[in-house]
Amino acid sequence: MATTRETERTGIEAAAGVLPDADRFRWLLGLVVPAAIVVAWHLLVATGVFAAHQLPAPLRVVETLYGLGASGELWGHVAITVQRVFLGALLGTSVGVLLGTLTGLYGLADDLLDPLLQSLKNIPSLAWVPLFLLWFGIGEGAKVLLIAVGAFFPVYLNLSTGIGNVSEELLEVAEVYELGRFESLRRVVFPAAVPSLLVGIRGGVGLAWMFVVAAELIAASEGIGFLLSDGRVLARPDIIVGSILLFAFFGNLSDLAVKEVKNRVVAR
Amino acid sequence: MSSLGEGALADEEVETAGDATDGGEGGPDGDARGVDDGAGSTDGDASEPGRDSGPTADPTLAVRGLAVRYGETVALDGVDLAVGHGEFVAVVGPSGCGKSTLLRVLSGLEEGFEGDAAVDGTDVREGGSDDVGMVFQEPRLLPWDDVRGNVAVGLPVGVDRDDPAARDRVDDLIETVGLDGFAESRPGELSGGMAQRVALARGLAYDPAVLLLDEPFSALDRLTKHEQQDHLLDVWADRGTTVALVTHDVEEAAYLADCVVVLGGQPGTVEAVVDVDADRPRDRTDEELLAARREITDALGL
Repeated sequence: MATTRETERTGIEAAAGVLPDADRFRWLLGLVVPAAIVVAWHLLVATGVFAAHQLPAPLRVVETLYGLGASGELWGHVAITVQRVFLGALLGTSVGVLLGTLTGLYGLADDLLDPLLQSLKNIPSLAWVPLFLLWFGIGEGAKVLLIAVGAFFPVYLNLSTGIGNVSEELLEVAEVYELGRFESLRRVVFPAAVPSLLVGIRGGVGLAWMFVVAAELIAASEGIGFLLSDGRVLARPDIIVGSILLFAFFGNLSDLAVKEVKNRVVAR
Repeated sequence: MSSLGEGALADEEVETAGDATDGGEGGPDGDARGVDDGAGSTDGDASEPGRDSGPTADPTLAVRGLAVRYGETVALDGVDLAVGHGEFVAVVGPSGCGKSTLLRVLSGLEEGFEGDAAVDGTDVREGGSDDVGMVFQEPRLLPWDDVRGNVAVGLPVGVDRDDPAARDRVDDLIETVGLDGFAESRPGELSGGMAQRVALARGLAYDPAVLLLDEPFSALDRLTKHEQQDHLLDVWADRGTTVALVTHDVEEAAYLADCVVVLGGQPGTVEAVVDVDADRPRDRTDEELLAARREITDALGL
């Protein structure tokens, strides 16, 4: 009996000792399928199943990107796109925080604004483009504003809900201990809403990348989106695929960054 | 009745109640009185105001004709209660008789009620509840803040939590509830009983004129419960706080309180008011406590 238990325990400890190591490399499994796809892609182009003018070989895409990078052209495009996304996300997040706080805290503001904002959020991003071009021209302002519209909604919706859903029980604690308006916001309401806010920002940054493509495809002379449409005009599929990969890369990078911030703040 | 650790606890009681009782052999004046239908009200006429209430005739807690409705449900109906300054009153009753509702009214959390509820002569709807602290049935801690931060929530208005004196006070309270070493822990890392004690420390940090406690010891093991009960008596004696404690533990009610209000029925009404005249410091096996317990149990209809 005692021996059995002993053995069990050793078994569990051994398992516990091994598992974390195995878990550490587990994410590598996520690379298996993409790698297989790249290999298949290469083979399909090399064997002529896809014509090279429709789908370039993976290496060709890498070469093109490398060439653009080496000539310095790429960095201008990347920098302006990142700048647009950053400014747009910043603006959208700021306005989202402002209105989300307002509607989250005040029932009247919520009654007045929320129905409108809820319906505006359903307008597809591309639908705004002509109007923004008309209003703000084809300058940077129009693009940043368009991206801000995209980033705004997730931030607004999540924060407003997050603040509205702060536990009634904790609010009663703040009331009983006479924390006062300001202190209960600072100590109870805002900390409770931080996770929702970060979920919103994560969604907002994601949408900012979607909206930057819309902005740059239609009216831009530089940026990754411009590169993308330029690739179509020049019939250069390698540039198109390369641009898509760049969007994927930067989109993932920003998402990881926000996620990391979220994990640190929330797991605190 | 536990014999567990009785000796050690009794020692503490001696220190405790030494200051609690000021002279009078009856323990802190039994002037808490449920002014009600008089159903089970035992001996003791409304005695004169408590030890340091001075000439004020107003009871610290005054409830008259209180009725609370939640939609169709009537939680409390026709409740009268008067608790004198520095009094320790316990409210017992079966689940759902409106014990917690009574505390919610007194702490100013319940807006819609009929009748009067006043603290020190001021209606709770007009700021009378400002100096009332409440320890909820659930710990209700801020999950993102550590134990120290949570206790500091209870610091009175105007006290800067970063002030060294305030910090010391918070740390003292954490030690008082037996959680030294956990000041930096987050509520998620604590057991239910530990979280409850953090909530208790938060209530004590507020140092209110009236402290309301809603089953604050329910999640504690017997030994810890006895310890915390005695700490509460210490604080009560030391600060002259008026205490109203809701509990379903008859033994606890009799041991702690000057006066036990028995709520019952649906909707809740005052069934009986039992005075506990046992001398302080009390012994948990005191004959008078046993008699009081019997009386409370009878009033509960158990």
